[in-house]
Amino acid sequence: MIALLVRDLKLAMRAGGGFGLGLAFFLIVTVLVPFGVGPESGLLSKIAPGILWLGALLACLLSLDRIFALDWEDGSLDLIATSPLPMEGVVTVKALAHWITTGLPLCLAAPLFALLLGLPEAGYTWLILSLLLGTPALSVIGTFGAALTVGLKRGGLLLSLLVLPLYVPTLIFGAEVARRGAEGLAVSTPLLMLAGITAGTIALLPFASALVLRVNLR
Amino acid sequence: MTLSVTDLTIARGGIPVLEGVNFSLAPGKALVLRGPNGVGKTTLLRTVAGLQPPVAGCVDCDPENIAYAAHSDGLKGMLSVSENLHFWADIFGTKGISQALEGFDLGALVDRPAAALSAGQKRRLGLARLLVTGRPIWILDEPTVSLDVASVEMFANAVRTHLAAGGSALIATHIDLGLDAEVFDVGPYRAKPETSHDAFNSSFDEGFL
Repeated sequence: MIALLVRDLKLAMRAGGGFGLGLAFFLIVTVLVPFGVGPESGLLSKIAPGILWLGALLACLLSLDRIFALDWEDGSLDLIATSPLPMEGVVTVKALAHWITTGLPLCLAAPLFALLLGLPEAGYTWLILSLLLGTPALSVIGTFGAALTVGLKRGGLLLSLLVLPLYVPTLIFGAEVARRGAEGLAVSTPLLMLAGITAGTIALLPFASALVLRVNLR
Repeated sequence: MTLSVTDLTIARGGIPVLEGVNFSLAPGKALVLRGPNGVGKTTLLRTVAGLQPPVAGCVDCDPENIAYAAHSDGLKGMLSVSENLHFWADIFGTKGISQALEGFDLGALVDRPAAALSAGQKRRLGLARLLVTGRPIWILDEPTVSLDVASVEMFANAVRTHLAAGGSALIATHIDLGLDAEVFDVGPYRAKPETSHDAFNSSFDEGFL
């Protein structure tokens, strides 16, 4: 399992791995928003939590189809399926590798991008915390979508359509934590909901992903 | 660790291609599958390897004993030859890749990225993976594609060593490997068209339900 994680991280870091892709997309979204809505800092700081969460979510979505597609194309997915690794473990490791290469950099870069949008000072901690809590759910749900669409040519569009509705609860509660935090309100309710969603998806979805992956490999 | 297949019916894309297939493979033996293109050799091998369920009949063997090698080698172009082999060795929990490198004459290429290998060298690396799995039953689908004469001999030697060590191999191939192997022609087991149609309909309904 660790070997699989190390290999996926290595592949992501090397040429053509698409490590910086999500981060660059996140930067582009946050830089372009002020051009679109105008330079009023009051308005920008009000919408900053929502924009940052949306940017992070879309950046996550961008790299989902690579999770299984590359392994499927070169035949390694078949070979991994016949290896001693349990399929549930494989999909969990894949989701973890996706989070480390996409979600974690987004969480770490978010304060910098929040500065560009003028997020109120009180919001930084809650923004980072909500992203740290919420992005693992995005990776796990995304892995499920990737398992569903593995083997389809140009499955990226279908994957986005399947996964986006499943992302809605995470987005609502994640952005709510960041917004309330920025306005100095109590955050514990949305924070607990967000944590619940993440814990639930991590506990249940790997089994579903493993099942659909086995069916798709037939 | 005998692999035995009883009354196996297999389907590709919901259409049965072979039915009533029976054979068994004892340790130390090799079985060569023959048959025209499209008859279902790959499907049979995938079923035996546990990648897809049979329509009827059973495959009697623990999937944990099987090492499967498909048409594609499952190599990562950005990883070097040794990184690719070490990855599979770690996955299968075996130690050391030197024997595999030696067996397929890859010693001079260890630090080369797999993307920079020729088609034949990639195939040799793909076959070297079998040696690091440490599993007794090899299931090989057209293993000699893009190999030259010397490499085919190298591969045949690897199989002979494996058989001598008590392993076994099920190989779909069209060329003569010079192995002391039984030949199993799958042609006579072709599924009859009318049964295929019914089975197709029923599995089609199942797909909806």
